[in-house]
Amino acid sequence: MIRDAKKEWLIAFVLLTPFLAVYGLTFVYPTIDMFLLSFTDAPLIGEGDYVGLENYTRLGSDRRFDTAIWNTAYFVALSVVPGTAVALGIALGVSRLTGRMQALILALFFLPYILPVSVVYRLWDWTMNFQFGIAMHVFDMLGIDRVPVFKTTTWFMPAVAFITIWWTCGFNILLFLAGLRAIPQEIYEAASLDNAGRWTTFRRVTWPLLWPITALNLTIQLILQMKIFDQVYLFSTGGRPNDNLVMVYYIFQRAFQSNHGGRAAAIAVVLFVIVVAVSILNFQLTRISGSGKR
Amino acid sequence: MSPATARRFNVAGLAITVLTVVLAVLWAFPIYWGVVSSLKPDNEVVRPYIELWPDTLTFEHYVFALTQTQIGYWYMNSIATALGVMALTVGSSIFAGYAISQLRFPFRTALWWFILASFMVPTQVLIINHFVLMANMGLLNTWAGIILPQLIHPVIIIVYKQFFDQVPKDFREAAIMDNASEWRILFKVYIPMNWGVTTALSIVTFIWAWNAFLWPFLAVTKTDMMTITVGITQTNDSFGVYYASELAAAVLAGFPVALAYLLFQRRVTEAITLSAGIKG
Repeated sequence: MIRDAKKEWLIAFVLLTPFLAVYGLTFVYPTIDMFLLSFTDAPLIGEGDYVGLENYTRLGSDRRFDTAIWNTAYFVALSVVPGTAVALGIALGVSRLTGRMQALILALFFLPYILPVSVVYRLWDWTMNFQFGIAMHVFDMLGIDRVPVFKTTTWFMPAVAFITIWWTCGFNILLFLAGLRAIPQEIYEAASLDNAGRWTTFRRVTWPLLWPITALNLTIQLILQMKIFDQVYLFSTGGRPNDNLVMVYYIFQRAFQSNHGGRAAAIAVVLFVIVVAVSILNFQLTRISGSGKR
Repeated sequence: MSPATARRFNVAGLAITVLTVVLAVLWAFPIYWGVVSSLKPDNEVVRPYIELWPDTLTFEHYVFALTQTQIGYWYMNSIATALGVMALTVGSSIFAGYAISQLRFPFRTALWWFILASFMVPTQVLIINHFVLMANMGLLNTWAGIILPQLIHPVIIIVYKQFFDQVPKDFREAAIMDNASEWRILFKVYIPMNWGVTTALSIVTFIWAWNAFLWPFLAVTKTDMMTITVGITQTNDSFGVYYASELAAAVLAGFPVALAYLLFQRRVTEAITLSAGIKG
């Protein structure tokens, strides 16, 4: 069949126009603008002068930037591997159930994920309330001293990581369940014929076959948690925001609270580069490990 | 397997199942606790022991949240902006996905790589420039200003391309034989054949937009233009120390998405696994 190439180009262009317009305006242009802004001393709104790399070099001696980097790394460490492990455990448990029971139990684990972050904040701020929170009643019963969790620097990040796992775990459970369903039942039958125990079956069959999904879960979480802001911001209100700074929070603080558009853009560029680098590395690693399998 | 080991295995299996069920109940407990607390009168809320059901059931905190805050406006703003994000994202993605999947045009491969690459870019780093852009366009404190920066969801285009790729070529060729235009092919063949995906993706984009915090929080400074997700966090003063009223507002904010999930459970989970790059 003869294709009318010119006409096809035109139709493609018309179809792509909404996408091109939106991405050009709210994605490509802001990204370029971010790089340009990072070389100036502009306030949030308004013009600034070109200052070269000054905004970047001063990050080296910026203690808040150090705090933000370390807290982000700390949060990633507290949430990515533990979150994936918890999700795997729950998914293995849920996959043993069937029918309506499975749907019900899965819904209980998944429900938090569907809630807005501010609702999650209200629920846990109330649960962990120093005076009246139900968690503190439990602490009392166990003979642990009450702590104002979100106002104590030591407790803040672990608590927020715990709540984040509670909130988002449902997503990872879903992915694991999809992965578990894809493992052929015959392999398990063969394993049980060989008298393989529960642990051996998991280690020799489930774990290796599930590895691509585990890697996907780890990747998605790693990239997601490097960009954390909402929970940290909300739980910091009335607490100690400067001790709890994470990267996006610091961008927000510099730009919107200190009115330093240029300096904030430099921090944004650093985070941009880190996230893109990790994504590319991840992509390469999954590709390599994927091709090794086949 | 000997009978003894089989029995031991079943006991272990039963233990795992019971543990899973108990954990599920504990997992959902904070949600239950928040809802129950919002239904208690203030003097019961602060009692120093755990009461799983209110002595006196009251809706006074809901009445308070509905009448003494601007929650009506927040609902309206959330519904309008979430619907806007949903319609514009899904609409533009269907068109782009179809063009990339079915049409041949210059720079098609380059465009596809651009979409895949844009997947990696964290939109959170763009908040400064989004703010400057929206301020210059005079769109702060407007629905359009809340919606526009939230339309970057390359994954929706990726999913549509994959699904359109799988529609058998025969349909397309038969339609072309009948002299059907590209529009007819898209609207009469490709979109109807993928209603399921469209429903699923629409529900999740709606939920994403409803739940979005960072951008709507930055784009709006007027209380009556806030979305509900942002609004309920900005009310410490008007509530005083009344925890139950804060919780009632939170329940009102979470209710629509929780309901959407419970009604469309299968679609939601399908769309979420799709958005992670897994075909269900």
